[in-house]
Amino acid sequence: MASGIKDKVVILGMGCSKFGERWDSSPSDLMVEAFEECIADAGIERKQIEAAWFGAGIDTFNVGSSAMPLAIALRLNYIPVTKVENMCATGTEAFRGAVYAVASGACDIALALGVEKLKDTGYGGLPQRTRGVENDMYWPNLSAPGAFAQLATGYRAKHKLNKADLKRAMAHVSVKSHANGVKNPKAHLRREITEEQVLNAPYIAEPIGLFDCCGVSDGSACAIVTTPEIARSLGKDNLISVKALQLAVSNGIESSHESWDGSYLKTTRIAAQRAYDEAGVKNPKAEITMSEVHDCFSITELVTMEDLQLAEEGKAVTAVLDGTFDADGSNPCQIDGGLKCFGHPIGASGLRMIYENYLQFQGRAGARQLSDPQLGLNHNLGGFPHQNICSISIIGHYGQ
Amino acid sequence: MIGITAYGAYIPRARLNKQAIADANAWFDPSLNSLAKGERSICNWDEDSITMAVEATRDCLSALSDKTVDSLYLASTTLPFLDRQNSVVVSEALNLDNRIRTMDISASQRAATSALISLLQGNVSNNALLVASEHRRSKAGSRSEMLWGDAAATVSVGCSDVIAQYLDSETLTVDFIDHYRGEDSSFDYSWEERWIRDEGFFKIVPAAVNMLLQRASLKGSDVRHFILPTDQPRTPAALAKKLGIDTDAVVDNQIAAVGVAGVAQPILMLAKAIEAASAGDLILLIGFGQGCDAILFRVTDTAAKCAPAVGVKGALACRREEHNYNRFLSFNNLLERDIGKRAESDKQTYLSGYNRRKDLLTGFIGGKCRECGTVQIPRDKYCVNPECHALESQDDYRFADKTATVATWTADRLTFDWNPPAYFGMVEFDGGGKLMMDFTEVEEGKIDTGTKLTMHFRIKQFDTQRGFRKYFWKAAPES
Repeated sequence: MASGIKDKVVILGMGCSKFGERWDSSPSDLMVEAFEECIADAGIERKQIEAAWFGAGIDTFNVGSSAMPLAIALRLNYIPVTKVENMCATGTEAFRGAVYAVASGACDIALALGVEKLKDTGYGGLPQRTRGVENDMYWPNLSAPGAFAQLATGYRAKHKLNKADLKRAMAHVSVKSHANGVKNPKAHLRREITEEQVLNAPYIAEPIGLFDCCGVSDGSACAIVTTPEIARSLGKDNLISVKALQLAVSNGIESSHESWDGSYLKTTRIAAQRAYDEAGVKNPKAEITMSEVHDCFSITELVTMEDLQLAEEGKAVTAVLDGTFDADGSNPCQIDGGLKCFGHPIGASGLRMIYENYLQFQGRAGARQLSDPQLGLNHNLGGFPHQNICSISIIGHYGQ
Repeated sequence: MIGITAYGAYIPRARLNKQAIADANAWFDPSLNSLAKGERSICNWDEDSITMAVEATRDCLSALSDKTVDSLYLASTTLPFLDRQNSVVVSEALNLDNRIRTMDISASQRAATSALISLLQGNVSNNALLVASEHRRSKAGSRSEMLWGDAAATVSVGCSDVIAQYLDSETLTVDFIDHYRGEDSSFDYSWEERWIRDEGFFKIVPAAVNMLLQRASLKGSDVRHFILPTDQPRTPAALAKKLGIDTDAVVDNQIAAVGVAGVAQPILMLAKAIEAASAGDLILLIGFGQGCDAILFRVTDTAAKCAPAVGVKGALACRREEHNYNRFLSFNNLLERDIGKRAESDKQTYLSGYNRRKDLLTGFIGGKCRECGTVQIPRDKYCVNPECHALESQDDYRFADKTATVATWTADRLTFDWNPPAYFGMVEFDGGGKLMMDFTEVEEGKIDTGTKLTMHFRIKQFDTQRGFRKYFWKAAPES
């Protein structure tokens, strides 16, 4: 029986670039920016890194294929480097590769780095790209907001909500994240917004309006991981460890089988339960003290709160409007500003979320520091509600 | 006895108000105001002569008890493909047997009537289908733009359950060039209407009709339905008089409701005449273009029993008002619109991949699991039912004729669409199966979870770089 990943691997160092419209920075520049912070934080030399996992989502607009762009950008020493791509879960996948490598004993110190250059397209929003030769022939030409708007209609129909109530709760999600993002110097969007602004913004894909969408940014984030023993031998205390790493991938049920009604994320529910089991979490609401979830759109965050068991099913609207997930609520969500304010450089996001956990647990989160956070949950959702990949990581203090 | 055994019709839902055309163009040609009566049918951006042909033929098949088809002829001067048989696409979209004879007939406004004569005079065993479909382009501000419409109609020719018995026909071939469209032109070039009337209609048609009536020992006054497809509003009645036909017998070309639909017009008018006729009525159908076809039918008492799902009346009634002339120009590539960078992505169809999934893409065929009964689309190797997962266990299951319901939906304003916003969503089929698919013919505010849908073969995407267009099925709110 597998014993899971809990406390087998710790984070030795992390780095995160400034996210934003980095017109003057190439993907390599962003990688180096994240890596320099990370390796300084880890307090090791480049040659001590034995293997690396490199996450980048959209080849066409980014670095191109293979792991070489990372090896070349960081002048890695001909070590094994693996390129991973798993849609929006890509950053977490890179982290999972590095963590599993250390846990297996195959290497002592491993690097995970994610990067994405989204602002070289010449237009707003995520890049237009192929969904594969066969899918392109019959899938709707759906944008990401178009896909996630389906979740809003599905959720609303299931719980018989009126449009205005759901829209107001969605607005609160965005207002809250913007309030948090103001306090984060690395966030892309750093200004407060009002509920009125959100409600009056034009539709992008009904009922998703402009402020229901996360930003689109360039960015990179990076982690160096090792075993608790090695971290200690390198003089580290207050170790931050991996408690759970889970992934659930749709197998076609949501898109083709009647058992899914479009009102929730099946993969999130499955990955969350597995992660809680792996981390030994019995009561998520009480034990998860901070969450960074995939708020590509406000509705995604709202529904995800239920799928993560942080809100009762059908009650997320009330929980959101009651401020449960606000900075001063009982379960702060997106304390760093979330995808909403960081944007979503696909390869980087999962690692950016873990970076916030890491800072919070070390008491280094500045103006947005939470008091005594215990367990942080990070959630990514790649693809569409009806066909997606969900990754969940749980991070906390080692040995607690 | 041989003759027409069923008919079907299709008229695009969108009807462009003609005053909107005149308002936009009268600054240049004030005479357009005199034609600005009523409306004309216009293809949606995702419709063409193939998609309309599928609709009309599906309607015709709905009226046939024996749906075994012998052949499918497609007549049109606006076929999307010059070399890829368009009738085969129609046939595959309807899942007709692949041993039927298919043929495209083109190059004249007489194409449909000539094809009909050859079917009526041929050795037809089962239903021989003739579909005529037309989506003619005309220059902005032209009289044609005012007078023409888009439509399709299908008739079935056979020997049992005949609803309009074929009596006789006559053809005159004359290279009378009232208009033409050359290989390199997108638009017709035509000569003066009065000359066309006097030297064309008034001379060529009577020569054919008089020979025909004489041979059949009939008089003009015996004709109860006189069909002269033309965009000249007064010519049919004037010609009827010359032929001794009662002017009440003139079948209205519906210029103010649909517009004249080119090659489809004679077949659409024939369907309309049969729909309105009484048993024993004599129908005289004319096809005019490089000469003249004249065909005589006698309506039988079986006609009253022919009930296509839509028919001409139904097609006329299924309408949506359109007042945006600009949109019409855009749909017909008469305007170079800024469609945004998202439209720039490569639309290449990988033909080998397309060929592999043709049953899904053209036939809209999914699967039904023999082991557990689960209906699913697309059909993959393993059954999707988590309790089953049987391998290669699915029989063909056709979704094209299924009704469905909207489960989730959106109006996407970010993605590229020729008619934004792009409506799409999760569709649940009555009888099982679900699919995330494009919607078409959606009117703002008239779609929600629970809206009933029907399935329609439409253009999915244009590859303008390579001159290809791909088709797939879309869901439309039930009309």
